[in-house]
Amino acid sequence: MRWKSDPILVVEHLTMRFGGLVAVNNLSFEAGRGDITALIGPNGAGKTTVFNCVTGFYKPTEGRLALARSGVADIERVEALTRTGKRHDRTPAGDIYLLERMPGNEIAWHARVARTFQNIRLFQGMTVLENLMVAHHNQLMIASGLTFLGLFGAPSYRAAEREAVERAKYWLERIGLTDRADDPAGELPYGAQRRLEIARAMCTDPVLLCLDEPAAGLNPRESAELNALLNMIRDEHKTSLLLIEHDMSVVMQISDHVVVLDYGTKISDGTPTEVRNDPKVIAAYLGVADEEELADAEAEIGA
Amino acid sequence: MTSIASTEGGGLGRRLQESLAAAALTLVLCVPIILFRTDSDQNTGQLQLIWRPILVAVFVVIAFVGRFLLLTAAAAPKLEKAAVVAKPRSAAASQALNLGGLAFLLLFPPVTVALLGGGGALKWIDSYGIQILIYVMLGWGLNIVVGLAGLLDLGYVAFYAVGAYSYTLLATTFHLSFWICLPIAGILAATWGMILGFPVLRLRGDYLAIVTLAFGEIIRTVLVNWTDFSGGGAGISSIPKITFFGLVFADRPGGFDDFFGLEYAPIHSKLFLYYVILGLALLTSFVTIRLRRLPIGRAWEALREDEIACRSLGVNTTNTKLTAFALGAFFGGLAGSFFAVRQGFISPESFTFNESATILAIVVLGGMGSQIGVALAAVFLIGGFELLRELDLVHWLWFDSEIIASVVILILLGLLTRRWLLWAAIIVVADAAIILVQDKVFADQLAALWPGFYSYKLDIDPTQYRGLLFGLAMVVMMVVRPRGFVSTRAPSIFLKERKSVSGDLVKEGHG
Repeated sequence: MRWKSDPILVVEHLTMRFGGLVAVNNLSFEAGRGDITALIGPNGAGKTTVFNCVTGFYKPTEGRLALARSGVADIERVEALTRTGKRHDRTPAGDIYLLERMPGNEIAWHARVARTFQNIRLFQGMTVLENLMVAHHNQLMIASGLTFLGLFGAPSYRAAEREAVERAKYWLERIGLTDRADDPAGELPYGAQRRLEIARAMCTDPVLLCLDEPAAGLNPRESAELNALLNMIRDEHKTSLLLIEHDMSVVMQISDHVVVLDYGTKISDGTPTEVRNDPKVIAAYLGVADEEELADAEAEIGA
Repeated sequence: MTSIASTEGGGLGRRLQESLAAAALTLVLCVPIILFRTDSDQNTGQLQLIWRPILVAVFVVIAFVGRFLLLTAAAAPKLEKAAVVAKPRSAAASQALNLGGLAFLLLFPPVTVALLGGGGALKWIDSYGIQILIYVMLGWGLNIVVGLAGLLDLGYVAFYAVGAYSYTLLATTFHLSFWICLPIAGILAATWGMILGFPVLRLRGDYLAIVTLAFGEIIRTVLVNWTDFSGGGAGISSIPKITFFGLVFADRPGGFDDFFGLEYAPIHSKLFLYYVILGLALLTSFVTIRLRRLPIGRAWEALREDEIACRSLGVNTTNTKLTAFALGAFFGGLAGSFFAVRQGFISPESFTFNESATILAIVVLGGMGSQIGVALAAVFLIGGFELLRELDLVHWLWFDSEIIASVVILILLGLLTRRWLLWAAIIVVADAAIILVQDKVFADQLAALWPGFYSYKLDIDPTQYRGLLFGLAMVVMMVVRPRGFVSTRAPSIFLKERKSVSGDLVKEGHG
């Protein structure tokens, strides 16, 4: 139950309305530091909306999204920060950010939340290496003295650029695309594009990585490679993961914690074993109540 | 196009059949366009209908013969057809090309002077060299906004105007020298770029284009109407000329020529202006090339590719867009300042939408984001416009409307049959045949056969056909090379090998 004792992300009473449509309704959950948290649910359950709220693409109608970049997400500090109206509270005890108050680019840069997209969003006309270099944008901007030093080729900027290239090379090796570094991203096969998008997000050095259906469209072998990659990211880079996934084998194998959404509300929350034995999940997720079909459904998700 | 070519051709019967079909199509198209012509009788002023069946027949025959020859050529065995694949230039070749271009630009004035003498070279350096370089610089400036950041700006001329008026007003009011006014004009234009940037940050595509278009018009309208400030539609004349470190280019003691002990020649000031604009244009290019390899440049290109992904990576899209607008405007302002000092007279007439369209056409024609492509497009378009002035077509074109009609018809046919190149060649041959008629003797003989012949003689100013030729060039380009002269993108950084990115993958931007 690490998500209760040491959460990295605390979502409280998150509500997102689009006109009359309530996409997410009073949702509260925690994601544990160092955990792989899966957000599952039928189509239209509001999973991607939650992602868009966490990463700043939507401004939530109601609710609080507290992220503890470091330290412990102490509820009293979060409450105090909420009252001050500020965006963040940075102390030696830890940095806490209120994501609902920040625009997307600041969430990525200051709170260090990175994300990928359901329909891959690579810079297709730029090379694989360039894609990874864009992910180093902010630190390179600072190193280039907001461009002015870089324009005159200052050594400090060149060192920073070399460092960024080294990091990019590290990730290229990890996703097995070193040989294709100079090819346009749009020319890569689908599975490689998915991996590159994850590597690009990792180049921003996130504490929380949000993956929107990373296994969609992958074959079983690629899916297994993806599991290994995600485990490596969690173990070696101390990055917590929040993922939306439809592929139950991926969810059950790698996640530590599963949150189930249906019609914008949470219907179950717990370890994979707990969730898959929850009759509410099976009924709501698969939309069946019939005994026989329920048995088939249970077999399908491995219960 | 190649795949279709291989299915064309066939036996003689089939070729004749297809040629007849093409001829029939031409006939149908020619009837409304060419067969009838109304003209007023020169004496009575009465309208009369003129029939021109012979001319129709000429085009029908051209279409028939052309189509037949084309099919015969298509039926012949093919050799090599791999030229469609764009070959990326190697780094060495690309560098050689750049150095060659630079050497040409530097040596152009002395070589012209050596060949034509001071007086003869004046026109080539002024109307061609300086004029083209202004547009090269404007193209490179707009390229930052449109080509790199993917923000469609239809009002770029506004910044050109801000630059020109900044210099003019500062120089006439405060008597500041050009070299002090130049950076001020650039900064003022950049400020206006930011002012335009803020309201349009959230706009994309068509909406952005319309607002930028309006901005260009607003600046011009203000200049026309705020007479106290800008002199209104009458413009401002007697703008101080450029100086060479304080030395004026004039035939008097203390002038440039006197100081260096030279004989006064107007070419000296033109030569100086040429090298000034060359320097300014190269500065634009140099800065752009450097910026592309810096994070800001990569962010511009990433913004063009996918704005949402940019935000998810922590790129501040607001600042990125504003810097693109500001920098593009800055170079536009420098060019405007130069324009004012070169002309010595400015009025809002010089800053119409037409200019914006021309600059945008240069960027699109050159291949968005490509430095060398934009330069080539400026040479092609502006050089072409200037060349038109050279042509004295008054006694040259006898059948203006016929030629236009033939171009339209044959382009249509070319598009229908997907063989634009051969049809273009046929157009040229056919129109050249008509132009042959310029020969007085030949024309008289023709007139003897065809009494109505001389009634078609028109006085034509070729520069009036600028728009037509411009449009035609754009249509042909869009058919032949939809991504511009240089359709590949050079990556800004590489690990092992610099491979060009095919234009098909590169996005054009969405806002």
